[in-house]
Amino acid sequence: MLKLQGLNAWYGPSHVLQDISLEVKQGEIVCLIGRNGAGKTTTLKSVMGLLGKTSGSIRFDGQELSNQPAHSRYGLGLAYVPEERRIVPGLSVRDNLKLGLVASPDKHREAELIAHTAQVFPRLAERLDQMAITMSGGEQQMLAIARAMISSPRLIMLDEPSEGIMPVLVDEMFELFTSMKAQGTTILLVEQNVELALAIADHAYVLDQGTIVHHDTGKALLADVEIQERYCSV
Amino acid sequence: MAGLTLDLIGMQLFAGVALGAVYVLLAIGLSLIFGMLTVVNFAHGAFYMLGAYVGLWLMAHGGNFWLCLVLVPLVVGGIGLAVERVLIRPLYGRGIDYPLLLTFGLSYIIVELVRITFGKSGFPFDTPELLQGAVDIGVGYFPLYRLFVIGATAVILFGLWLFLERTSFGLIIRAGARDPLIVRVLGVNVAQVWLIVFGMGTAIAAFAGLLAAPLQGVIPEMGGTILAEAFVVTVVGGMGSLLGAVLAGILVGVVVSMTSLFAPEMAKVAIFALMALVLLIRPQGFFGRAGLMS
Repeated sequence: MLKLQGLNAWYGPSHVLQDISLEVKQGEIVCLIGRNGAGKTTTLKSVMGLLGKTSGSIRFDGQELSNQPAHSRYGLGLAYVPEERRIVPGLSVRDNLKLGLVASPDKHREAELIAHTAQVFPRLAERLDQMAITMSGGEQQMLAIARAMISSPRLIMLDEPSEGIMPVLVDEMFELFTSMKAQGTTILLVEQNVELALAIADHAYVLDQGTIVHHDTGKALLADVEIQERYCSV
Repeated sequence: MAGLTLDLIGMQLFAGVALGAVYVLLAIGLSLIFGMLTVVNFAHGAFYMLGAYVGLWLMAHGGNFWLCLVLVPLVVGGIGLAVERVLIRPLYGRGIDYPLLLTFGLSYIIVELVRITFGKSGFPFDTPELLQGAVDIGVGYFPLYRLFVIGATAVILFGLWLFLERTSFGLIIRAGARDPLIVRVLGVNVAQVWLIVFGMGTAIAAFAGLLAAPLQGVIPEMGGTILAEAFVVTVVGGMGSLLGAVLAGILVGVVVSMTSLFAPEMAKVAIFALMALVLLIRPQGFFGRAGLMS
């Protein structure tokens, strides 16, 4: 479904991604792990078209994305929840959700889709008219995911969704990912919480210094303590 | 004597609100453009002046004032669209001073072009017949046209509020002013939104220029002075805040009008004294967010 081939990226003069090739198949959860600065976030940003300079091929459903502007990638069914969540201050929870639909062909089903989202995310249901910024970090993360999911993307990329969140909510969130997968959403996940992430991942790629150093199934990597220690421990 | 003074103050208060209305219209455009595009638009006064001149031209070619109210914003808004698309867009991402200098230069070019086309001296602008005369507002007879200016401004503000709060394009503007990146990630072509916002801002400036024309006549320099005052309004209200622009606009109008009642020579200075005072107490203005310029 998503296939990166020979992807390179630069931040100014520094060459931050080198020849990244990876594949995410329909219906899978694929996980990127590695230390801070390994290039995980950069990979997601490149797929979303948020980096100035990249080379190589990014194919989504067989369609080449590299020449498409960022905003048209969302319309193709590609959603992205950035690490900072980017809940818009000054807007209610409901308006933040609506923002996920402003550029979607499903805009006319707004009321219905917000009601549906409220069912899937009961924590948000009670807070629809509250200012989004007043919610806890975990609730804001749920909102960021809900906002990206409201347009029914076919692939969602999540950057460190469990960061800075209460453990109870982290479990709830990983259950959510499993049920999102069961309903047909493909997930590309970047996580520091390596064990939890590998436990639900079909495949995982290990990144180090801007290159992929290892690739295996989630299960195999979960058992491979040596790799985990070499590339993920701080 | 005391009662007379009170009536006079009441009248002057109304005059201040009418003056403030023009400030408000200019300042919301400035604020909208700055809030979304981080462009400090020094050509805003030139668009205001263009509004008056396009109105003048239309009136001379058989148009009437009511038609001007519709056509002037469309024509000048269209010019605004072209300016954003061709001149300002290449400068995004280069820092705040590039578009500032560009629009500063552009304002000189526009003023000079108007001088070449229409001449250096000014023109009177007739108050539309229907709005001539005065009405009793309780404290005295107040010029009907000034009431109309207040009313027209209120209509524009209400329309803008509905647009921003009730439409999905308005939601994009509100969100995009805070965080353009997430709006882009959620599929919005932000460049197009900026284009439209710039066009809207210039259209409102032109509308303000047309409204002001019967009050003060039409000269090529009319945009320069009022732009400085409109900047004071946006600074006092808080850069990027629409509510701030509205409240500060009315406040500045009333301050000018009241000062000219008691000490006419101080009226223009009072604006800047007010700004200095507000900046000392609250550097980001009434509703501004700190650090927006950095």
